[in-house]
Amino acid sequence: MTADRIPILRMGRSLLVTIQVDMHDQLAMTLQNDLAEAIGKHNARGVLLDISGLEIVDSFIGRMLANTAAMSRVLDAETVVVGMQPAVAITLVELGLSLPGVHMALDIERGLALLQRPVEILA
Amino acid sequence: MNEPTVSREALFELHTDIDVAVARRGVRDWAAELGLSMVDLTKVVTAASELARNAVIHGGGGEMCLQIVTERDRQGLRMMFRDNGPGIAEVDRAMQDGYSTGRGMGLGLPGARRLVNEFALASTPSEGTCVTIIRWKK
Repeated sequence: MTADRIPILRMGRSLLVTIQVDMHDQLAMTLQNDLAEAIGKHNARGVLLDISGLEIVDSFIGRMLANTAAMSRVLDAETVVVGMQPAVAITLVELGLSLPGVHMALDIERGLALLQRPVEILA
Repeated sequence: MNEPTVSREALFELHTDIDVAVARRGVRDWAAELGLSMVDLTKVVTAASELARNAVIHGGGGEMCLQIVTERDRQGLRMMFRDNGPGIAEVDRAMQDGYSTGRGMGLGLPGARRLVNEFALASTPSEGTCVTIIRWKK
């Protein structure tokens, strides 16, 4: 019934993750670890996390997003979270989560544009 | 306060993170059936998720009783989270943002309270904790 892993796709030097299932805590931790490994393995510069399929972001998932962003920064990659549903955003603010250090974008297109910016400057 | 009438009830065991996800799904389904708005549904499911996880992590496991309740002319979703854990020694501090004894961010209890209409916490050291929340349908 429940998946034990969320697939990570590579697009150029970015990694793309689309979360389409209700994440139980272990699944979120596994994703965080898999992403750290994948950034190193593919020498990725950016991580795009599409959470449009997530019905809720509670403090645990919120922490996973913040940790992923912090961890990828240490590995010289940027993380952009895209597709947060409006109801989820309202709830997050009321819950008290501000997700410091996590870049947000409305959709995948804008998220990719955000990721590509620093790469262009370096090139 | 008059005790609301219970028209439907279900019990969810809370021992693992999978149980938390199942309880969350239960709350989601009943909130949708009750006709809560998308924002209210998201808020109550998020609050339930925080409290269910608390019962597993801090309470060493417990259960969630999910109910549809009626009080006069309004209907709502009530959830009672019970555990037999160590209890909360300092309830006032536990209700403050950023206070945590575990590995969390300390947003669970105060955050959950902000997401619902009614919130009651009863805790006895070494006997356990019971948190009751209600989200009324507007």
